[in-house]
Amino acid sequence: MQRTTMDLWVGLFVVMGVIALMILSLKVGNLNVYNPSQSYVISGNFENIGGLKVRAPVKSAGVVVGRVTDIQFSTQTYDAVVTMSMDSRFLFPKDTFASILTSGLLGEQYIGLAAGGDEAMLKDGDKIMKTNSAMVLEELIGRFLFNKASEDDSL
Amino acid sequence: MLLPRRLVSGIQHIGHRVIEGVWRLGVASRFFILVLLKSGTSLRRFNLVIRELYFTGVLSLIIIVVSGLFVGMVLGLQGYETLQKYGSESAVGTLVALSLVRELGPVVAALLFASRAGSAITAEIGLMKATEQLAAMGMMAVDPIARVVAPRFWSGVISMPFLAAIFSVMGVFGGYLVTVVFIGVDEGSYWSQMQSAVDFRFDIMNGFIKSCYFGVAVTAIAVFEGYDAPPTAEGVSGATTRTVVTSSLVILGLDFILTAFMFRGVS
Repeated sequence: MQRTTMDLWVGLFVVMGVIALMILSLKVGNLNVYNPSQSYVISGNFENIGGLKVRAPVKSAGVVVGRVTDIQFSTQTYDAVVTMSMDSRFLFPKDTFASILTSGLLGEQYIGLAAGGDEAMLKDGDKIMKTNSAMVLEELIGRFLFNKASEDDSL
Repeated sequence: MLLPRRLVSGIQHIGHRVIEGVWRLGVASRFFILVLLKSGTSLRRFNLVIRELYFTGVLSLIIIVVSGLFVGMVLGLQGYETLQKYGSESAVGTLVALSLVRELGPVVAALLFASRAGSAITAEIGLMKATEQLAAMGMMAVDPIARVVAPRFWSGVISMPFLAAIFSVMGVFGGYLVTVVFIGVDEGSYWSQMQSAVDFRFDIMNGFIKSCYFGVAVTAIAVFEGYDAPPTAEGVSGATTRTVVTSSLVILGLDFILTAFMFRGVS
């Protein structure tokens, strides 16, 4: 087949496009950090999830180890059931403590995992028993005012 | 009861316009199917597509690269101005990357592509029709849809996703240039916050799919307007204008529909 300079330019164009896509997925995106194909699913019941959303990160020691895949309301226990997809490279003990935290003052909410000391590890479909709800500002202020009032009464 | 004559003619005019529009839409749909059916030849003789790729893709690179760079730089500046009020200027990378990858990359690249390459395709095919080159091809038993229209259509469909990706990358680089190099935002937090916020499947793949849809829409409109243009100088100029106007509107409308489907219920 006859080769022309036009072919060279078009080839260069295609190479540039492919490189751009690769930069987007590797440098801009987080393809290398978290691979959802190798994962296991765990869940936990939270009394109050605050502003937690689906796709929020699950972090342990600040490192992203999974993502929230589903949030449902349970009518049996009247609390929120949060399903998390975890990277299968990271296994956590059965008595891991899960709490809903906020990154920064106005940042997004995420689930923080603090590993326990149990020998057995969490498997696919397991449930985290120890959970801590999100901090709701109104409740916090209410509790503070209530404490203040009871202090004043005792004087 | 007799309605005033002017009112009747006004209603008739509206009705005529609507029927004409529906008619044209039908012809356009039939033409689109015809192009798809006859694109076998152009895919076998891929040289034809490569030639058109040069005109639609390679020659659009300069405008895409430069505008991507400047859009990213403006996003960085504006984002920094607002975010630094809340002391979270390190999130500027997230802002630049998400707005580019999800929306601005595909949409602005498609708008530029419509005015840069779409109008050229329409004018070229329209002029070929006006100078009876298409009719001459038909005389020689060469199907003009397979030989002229299909390669242009496929070149647009192929080059649009690449152009959108290049636009996004240049925008992210432009934002980096302004916020990190000029203003002095921490480089590590620029990239790391971006990486933790941009998801491959939800953000990058959806942006990619969007740009594929836009590529099909813009080039389908461009080749149809060219093929359907009245064979006069005035007709070709009108068709070129219609290509840019219609494809811009279609891009924005389609973008809303696609965004509603893709990002509904996602933070």
